[in-house]
Amino acid sequence: MGMSCQEVWREVSNYLEDDIDPAVRASVEAHLRGCAHCTAVMDGTRNVIRLYGDKAMLEVPLGFSQRLHQRLEANMPPRQRGTPWGWVMAVAASLLIVGGFELGSSAAFMANELRSEHAIPAASHTPPDLMVVVAEDGKVFHGGTRCPFMHEKNKERVMRASEAIREGYVPCTRCMKQYLSAGLTTPDFHWGISAEVAALQPMR
Amino acid sequence: MLSLALENSAEESNEAILIRRIRNGEHELFYDLIRPYERRVYAAAFAILRNEADAEEVAQEAVLKAFKHIRQFRAEARFSTWLIQITVNEARMRKRKDHAHIMEAISDHRDEEGDYTPRDFADWREIPSETLERSEIREALTRALAAIGEKYQEVFVLRDVQHLTIEETAKTLKISAAAVKTRLLRARLMLRDLLSPGLGGNWSSKLSFVKGAKPWE
Ligand SMILES: [Zn+2]
Ligand SMILES: [Zn+2]
Repeated sequence: MGMSCQEVWREVSNYLEDDIDPAVRASVEAHLRGCAHCTAVMDGTRNVIRLYGDKAMLEVPLGFSQRLHQRLEANMPPRQRGTPWGWVMAVAASLLIVGGFELGSSAAFMANELRSEHAIPAASHTPPDLMVVVAEDGKVFHGGTRCPFMHEKNKERVMRASEAIREGYVPCTRCMKQYLSAGLTTPDFHWGISAEVAALQPMR
Repeated sequence: MLSLALENSAEESNEAILIRRIRNGEHELFYDLIRPYERRVYAAAFAILRNEADAEEVAQEAVLKAFKHIRQFRAEARFSTWLIQITVNEARMRKRKDHAHIMEAISDHRDEEGDYTPRDFADWREIPSETLERSEIREALTRALAAIGEKYQEVFVLRDVQHLTIEETAKTLKISAAAVKTRLLRARLMLRDLLSPGLGGNWSSKLSFVKGAKPWE
């Protein structure tokens, strides 16, 4: 004895998900062969599941991911490895140890000051391509745009420390001091650049 | 089937490693952990709130919450399911603040029991997924989804859009598996009816739907 249309509709999900007793499945199929309406219901429901299940249905507003990451960034605890002033350490090391740069006189002076007051550890970690911020307000480069000694904040440029030094820029004393007071020789010292420097576009 | 299973287990162990490293302080890895699920989080929030701005806000809150409570995540669950559960909870809390919601919840109680009777018997040909690249098609699907009752929408989105299992859907919505199945069937049949006459009229000609008789109307 056959199933009624109504009985078939109750089994639509079970049939399509193949979560159905073989005997019931056989009855459903027997009914479908003779009933165009139930066939239309079954085919249509299969289409619904397939269309909504497609990845294309997971649309997000433009910029969603970017805004999500910004929100996360703002709520994450400060990085454990590296310090925002790591670059200053790197510059100090590069000024002292790396030959080959033509240092401006004030930079050389500062390097001497540092040498006399603070022992800089041997820079086996010489930074290859350290990024720093320079502003148009003087021949000084900084670890980040938050430095109060940095004016003309909309005119900053990001460049490699080696380029900055070659162009005659010297490290900002405040940035330097801040780093020095934070301690020079943390064991897992990291030549990272500060987040806000990273956020700026490097000049080409 | 086998390769899919292997992929899934590889994905899961990858996630387990990421989660362990995040717990140990490598917080930046959290971006990698959530990247595959960002769209799903938004879709889950949108299904409940039906408003882009609210959905985005709740999606952000949910992801932040997942980050802050990553230590509470239990390895036996799927991370994606856990994340979607947080999202659904957040969205429902947001919705509860909305007074109009109470009225909607009451009107939603009708028709839970009893069979759903399909109304349209047009012959649906198979619709290629490529048509989803057309925005009017996606809009038609979104409109239809918005037109079914909230509790059907929630179940349908979690199960058929998000691909949670029946049990995961039940747990997320705090209802029984039987209730999930009942609502899911009704949601699917309602959506079929809403879309069957040609997705707002545009489809029937383009996709050669044949309009059938509706003997019971
Ligand atoms: Zn029938
Ligand atoms: Zn400075």
